[in-house]
Amino acid sequence: MSKLTDCFKEHKCFIPFITAGDPDLDHTVEYVLAMAEAGADIIEIGIPFSDPTAEGPVIQEASLRALEAGFKMENLFDAVRRIREKTDIPLIFMTYINPVFHYGYDAFFQTCKELKVEGFISPDVPFEEKREVAEVARKYGVDVISLISPTSEDRIEQIARDAEGYIYVVSSMGVTGERSSFSSNLKETIETIRKYTDLPCAVGFGISTPQQAKDMSSISDGAIVGSAIVKIVARDGKNAAPALSAYVKEMKQAVLEA
Amino acid sequence: MSKGRFGRFGGQYISETLMNELYRLEREYEHYKNDPDFNRELNVLLNEYANRPSLLYYAGKMTEDLGGAKIYLKREDLNHTGAHKINNVLGQALLAKKMGKTRLIAETGAGQHGVATATAAAFFGMECEVFMGEHDTERQALNVYRMELLGAKVHPVKTGTRTLKDAVNEAMREWSCRVEDTHYVLGSVMGPHPFPTIVRDFQAVISKEAREQILEKEGKLPAAVVACVGGGSNAMGMFYNFIPDEGVRLIGCEAAGKGVDTPETAATIATGREGIFHGMKSYFCQDDQGQIAPVYSISAGLDYPGIGPEHAWLHDTKRAEYVPVTDDEAVEAFEYLARTEGIICAIESAHALAHVMKIAGDMDKNDSIIVCLSGRGDKDVAAIARYKGVDLHE
Repeated sequence: MSKLTDCFKEHKCFIPFITAGDPDLDHTVEYVLAMAEAGADIIEIGIPFSDPTAEGPVIQEASLRALEAGFKMENLFDAVRRIREKTDIPLIFMTYINPVFHYGYDAFFQTCKELKVEGFISPDVPFEEKREVAEVARKYGVDVISLISPTSEDRIEQIARDAEGYIYVVSSMGVTGERSSFSSNLKETIETIRKYTDLPCAVGFGISTPQQAKDMSSISDGAIVGSAIVKIVARDGKNAAPALSAYVKEMKQAVLEA
Repeated sequence: MSKGRFGRFGGQYISETLMNELYRLEREYEHYKNDPDFNRELNVLLNEYANRPSLLYYAGKMTEDLGGAKIYLKREDLNHTGAHKINNVLGQALLAKKMGKTRLIAETGAGQHGVATATAAAFFGMECEVFMGEHDTERQALNVYRMELLGAKVHPVKTGTRTLKDAVNEAMREWSCRVEDTHYVLGSVMGPHPFPTIVRDFQAVISKEAREQILEKEGKLPAAVVACVGGGSNAMGMFYNFIPDEGVRLIGCEAAGKGVDTPETAATIATGREGIFHGMKSYFCQDDQGQIAPVYSISAGLDYPGIGPEHAWLHDTKRAEYVPVTDDEAVEAFEYLARTEGIICAIESAHALAHVMKIAGDMDKNDSIIVCLSGRGDKDVAAIARYKGVDLHE
C-alpha cells in the first residue's frame, strides 16, 4: 500500500498546501518543518507557475511573488533535500504540467523518488491525459493524485478505479480560494467514489475555518487547505512560522474531532 | 493518447471541473454539424447578417508594383463586425443556443473576437461578458466601447502581462465557476479539444470560398496562401481546404515584435518550444523553467505565447511554413496597402501582407497568391499614429 494511503489508516488527515518560494525557499523549508511539527499529516508543496488557471487570487499572487523572487526547480529540490534531513512527513508536489513537461517527466519523477516526494497533483491533467504522466511516475513509485469535482458525475467510476494514494475531492465549482459554502452534492459524490475504491478521500478548495475542516472531514477522510495558509504567508512574510504553526494545530484538532 | 489530437499535439489538459462540459460540447457539436436545419440557419446568418461570401479581390496595383505573382486579397475585413472572427462566433453562438445556454463569455486580444461575441449575444438575446487584458483595453479602447454599446460587460484583466493570455486564463476561471448556463466562445483554434476543431470548421468557410473563387478567376490553384498567425484561427480557416492541394504553399506569418532575437517577440514557432498550456499540447514561448514567457507584438491580436495544435502539426509535418514578421515590417505594409489599394487593414493582417511584399516579386507572373485580409484597420489607426509619433487630438 502506498505511504500516502497509509497516512489515513489511523485517523483523518489534515493536509496543508504551501506555495514554494514565497517569500523565498529558505522560508519554505522553515514553514514546511513548522507545519509538520504542528501536526500536518501530508504537505502539498506548490511549484509556482506563471499562469495558474485553476487558482484564485491568493495563490495566483503567491505564485507570481515566488517567480519574481527567482524561483528555480533545482533550488526547490535543494530545499526539499534540507527538509528531508529533518522530517519524513509525506510530501506532494502540486503544479501545472508545463514546468514538469519542460523539466522532463523522467528526470522530474526520478528526483521525486530521490527526495521521497510520494505524490504529484496537477490540476491540468485530467483522467484523459493522466497516462503520459502516471506511467513515468509509477516507475519511480510516485502516486499521481486524481481530482474529482462536483461536475464529475458519470466520470467518477473510471477516475476512482484508476486512482492512487488518495482522492482529491474538489469541494465546489470554480477556482481555489476561501468560500462560505460548498457544493450541495458533495456527500453524494463521496458516496459514489466509495462504491468504486477503498482509497481515502480528502476534500479541498475553499476550506479555511476549523468548523469547515470539521464538516468536510466528517463526510470524508480529511481536509486540504491552501489559500488560507498562503494568505498567512502573504501577511506575515518571513515571520509566518508562529501563525502557521498555531493555525495548523487548530485545523488538525478540528479534523480529528470530525 | 486522448482525443482531439493532431499528431502528438492537442488533447484536453484542463481541470476536471470542465471535462464533462467539454464532452457535452463535443457531443452536441457532432450532432449539429451534420444537422441540415442547423446548417441552413447558420448559412442564412453568414450570408444575410455577416455579408458572406467575402470578396476575393484582385489587388492589381499592388501586383503591378511588386512585379511578380498576382495578389488576391480574401476580404474578411468586409464581414459584419470587421473581421473573420464573426464566422466562428455565429457558429458557436448558434450551437450554444441549441444547447440551451443563455450566457456567452469570451476572451479577446485586439477586441475583434470580443466585439463579434457581443454582437452575436445581442442578436440572440444572450448575456455576454468579455475578458480583455487591461493593457489591451488601453491600446484598443474603441473596441471596448463597441462591446459596451452592444450590451456586453467588459472585464479588464489585471494579472500577468495584462494581454491575451491573461484574458484566456480569466475566461477559463470564470467558465469553471459557471458552466450550467454559460458557453465559453473560444476565439481561436486553440484550447482543449473540441475547440481547435470546432473553430477550424467554422473558419474553414474562408478557404472553401477562396478555393472556388480563385479557380473561377484564374482557372488554377494559387501558388501560395498567406495568413497571419497568433492562435491561428484565420490562418487555419485560410489553409484548411488547401491542405490536400500539395502544390499550394501554406504560409503563416507570426508576430516577431521587435525581432526574434529580442525578448520582445510573439513568434511561437520561431522562438518557442513544445509544451502544455491552455488545455493543449503545442508550441509555446517559455523560459528555461517552463514558465510561459511574456510576449510582445504591436498587434494585440497576435500577442499570444502559443499557437493552435493543428498549426504545430502542420509545422512538424512541413505542410505549412511559418515565418516571423516584425512590427516595423507590418506597419510598413499597413501603410503600403492604404496607399496602393485604398484599403486600411488590421495590423494583424498587415503581418501577412508584409511577407507577401517580400516574396511576390520573385514569383512567376502566371502564378497567384491569396492573402487573408483577416480584419479592417479602423481599430488600429490610433495605435499606428502613436507608433509613428503622431499626436492625434480628439
